[in-house]
Amino acid sequence: MNVATLSAVDLALSGGLILLLAVLSFFLNLGLGRRLLISAARMTVQLLLIGMVLQALFASKTPWFIMLISSVMLLAAGHEVRSRLKCKIKGLFGFGVGVGSMFVSSFSVTVLTLIVILQQDPWYDPRYAIPILGMLLGNTMNGVALAADRMTTMFYEQRELIEQRLMLGETWHQAISELRRDCMRTGMIPIINSMAAAGLVSLPGMMTGQILGGSPPVEAVKYQILIMLLIAAGAGFGVVSAILMIERHLFDHRHRLCLERLLPGDQS
Amino acid sequence: MSTAAKESGRPSPSSFPEASGLVVRDLRFGDNGPYRFSIGPGRCLGVSGPSGIGKSLLLRALVDLDRHQGDVLLGGRSCESYPAPQWRRLVALVPAEPRWWYPEVGRHLPPDSDAEEVTALVEGCGFSRDVLDWQVSRLSTGEKQRLAVVRALIRRPSVLLLDETGSALDEQAGRRLEQVIADYRRNHEAPVLWVSHDHNQLDRVADHVLLLGRDRLQISPLPRQEAAGR
Repeated sequence: MNVATLSAVDLALSGGLILLLAVLSFFLNLGLGRRLLISAARMTVQLLLIGMVLQALFASKTPWFIMLISSVMLLAAGHEVRSRLKCKIKGLFGFGVGVGSMFVSSFSVTVLTLIVILQQDPWYDPRYAIPILGMLLGNTMNGVALAADRMTTMFYEQRELIEQRLMLGETWHQAISELRRDCMRTGMIPIINSMAAAGLVSLPGMMTGQILGGSPPVEAVKYQILIMLLIAAGAGFGVVSAILMIERHLFDHRHRLCLERLLPGDQS
Repeated sequence: MSTAAKESGRPSPSSFPEASGLVVRDLRFGDNGPYRFSIGPGRCLGVSGPSGIGKSLLLRALVDLDRHQGDVLLGGRSCESYPAPQWRRLVALVPAEPRWWYPEVGRHLPPDSDAEEVTALVEGCGFSRDVLDWQVSRLSTGEKQRLAVVRALIRRPSVLLLDETGSALDEQAGRRLEQVIADYRRNHEAPVLWVSHDHNQLDRVADHVLLLGRDRLQISPLPRQEAAGR
């Protein structure tokens, strides 16, 4: 297989495009340049670091090291979910919702995949475990965050409607049934759309990467199918668990809507 | 018979057995209260007072939508002894600005509602029966208020709490609505608590009026032949 390796110069050239964009933004007064440069630099440093970590990880294969890395990834994803909510949930529970639903959407699905489908020896072989976990975390996070954001925002905005349903004697389950369905749909639409467009409109990133890396297309496609199915399932379970945790948290045992458990929105 | 008293003062004895009607004892919520009053079966207590004094909060506490201390009893049984949804089916609150969650009016009524009862109610409120097929988005404020009463009464609550109900209605429609509510409380022996800014309206519908003031709670000199003394 003939893989074109990238040199530092190659990367610098692609960085030049970003620089060009920043200059354009400066002259047109678009106010985007600084943020663009910072996030591009952040991305580069983060990925270089994780590249080195992965190299060390693949070499060592120590279970506790893998556990540590994956836990850090999980906590970061949980934090990211929380920070994307306009109306944040107060206290540690807000973080817990993020971590908990990301655990369901990614961690559990990854472990299942490793043990049942890939069956490597050892099953936690970091060459498979870490990339799959990373793909799942990155791709399910979007849906989970969208659904959680929609739910807390709707609770905030539709408080009167929800409470008037409660006033008619509905249980909190009944009072938010339409709203819950709406949040579920919001969370799942991105992955459903990307499955529908895969191969027709877009060539998914992982598959493209594998092909560029020298894999035969059919092998790359098989992995891509696996990953997309895992992402869809993971996102679904993650959205469900986020919704269940949030709604349970925002009602008390007397079926009262407890909006004081939310930070009123919009700091983002 | 309705009685009211300031917690710090001497409570007036209620003149109906506590086993019937709505009894409120030492009710506190937030910085409000303590409130102490009772409404006998089929009686109507008006509640008035300046905006922001906590009238709507009082109603919310009575249906247990806000945390509160003290007792709210219906027929001698406390609010907490019922599951919350069941309590709210017994003690119905008709909000000042009703919200609607389905596109059609009719879907907001329980599917097993008695057809004749529905007809009687909507006609009593000045609609024809086809109002059930109307789109909610086309209702006026006044129509929403009247239909919110229909929505509540068709569930046959034991107690009715009305928040500014009828405030958006012209005189004729307002009188019709008052009649519907008067009929309901007489036929079902239901205690009614009616929050209103309109003293003329309270004069028509209420047996007594509570004036919520900065000094908490007083019995208004305003109505009625049976107004309880301090």
